Amino acid sequence: MRLLAISGSLRDGSNNTALLRALREEAPEGVEVDLWQGLKVIPPYDQDDDVVPGPEAVEAFRELVRESEGVFFATPEYNSSVPGALKNALDWASRPVATNVFRNKPVAVIGSSAGAFGGVWAAAELRKILGAMGARVTEAEMAVGHAPDKLDEEGRLVDHEVREELRAALETLVTAVLDRAAAA
Amino acid sequence: MSTIEQTRQGIPTGTWKADTVHSSVAFEVPYAVATFGGEVTDFEATLEDGKLSGSAKIESIHVKEENLQAHLLSPEFFDAEKHPVVSFSGNTITRDGDNVAIDGEITIKGISQPAKLTGTITGPAVDHFGATRVGLKLRTTVDRTKFDMKWNMPLPTGEPALSNDVTLKADLTLVAQEA
Repeated sequence: MRLLAISGSLRDGSNNTALLRALREEAPEGVEVDLWQGLKVIPPYDQDDDVVPGPEAVEAFRELVRESEGVFFATPEYNSSVPGALKNALDWASRPVATNVFRNKPVAVIGSSAGAFGGVWAAAELRKILGAMGARVTEAEMAVGHAPDKLDEEGRLVDHEVREELRAALETLVTAVLDRAAAA
Repeated sequence: MSTIEQTRQGIPTGTWKADTVHSSVAFEVPYAVATFGGEVTDFEATLEDGKLSGSAKIESIHVKEENLQAHLLSPEFFDAEKHPVVSFSGNTITRDGDNVAIDGEITIKGISQPAKLTGTITGPAVDHFGATRVGLKLRTTVDRTKFDMKWNMPLPTGEPALSNDVTLKADLTLVAQEA
């Protein structure tokens, strides 16, 4: 099973990207988690550029999602919502609406932040966006507050409870992927 | 008294199948300040010894806006990939003059809920090709949230944009089948 992991943060020392690295470590046998690094090169959405084929970076992103059986998001929270770069990439991916690559795709969303609430509002917004795009939004929920305290100096997740929550969230997504495959 | 006249006093017996060209299955739901509606075009319905049953392929749902149609097929609404068919199974029709009522069960998104359809019956009557037809005009209102369709969006006033109560409408022309 191939899953795509998408961090909503671009910075090198991102808490959310660190969580996704830990997620990759927790992947059970037979589950491959690819961490997408292409968010920063997605151009701003412009309907004039939304032609076939679209911009190279956008087509590459769409292809990655198409080939992945599920997508796992970890997002920070900017101004009570999702980062603009992430929303922009999803706006590209959501076209054309009726046949977009996220349609019926199982997805899981978690959030983390340096503050106490763990990006809970951003995660809720992201679930809403993905639902509107037609994705199969799983019930996986996880909000990691005070995220820097859960990482060591190399950005490695050292909090066992958070690691356990990550495993559970991953299992929820894997189950949704298997359910979808079984029904096909 | 002819067979047809006898039948008109009660519920048509035997097997009747929907002529889908002259039938429709549709829905209406209050949205913001107006009413939003659509229909499913791929359906079948059978009246068998007074019991009505029917099903529709939800992929055939048609609304006027393509993007909205895609949203209705998505997991937030009908989840057509996982639950491609919606259905109704009714108990015996009760009739009072031209008025009818049917207690039954509607299944949407894999969830079955009791429903009472009410409306009118017309005929049976023989058409210009010699086929015997009966008309059923049926309505019921369901709470969409009971079928795991919880999507909504707040209006600027804070009120939800989309009503939970949805009216389902079936206008059926049923044709008597050869015994």
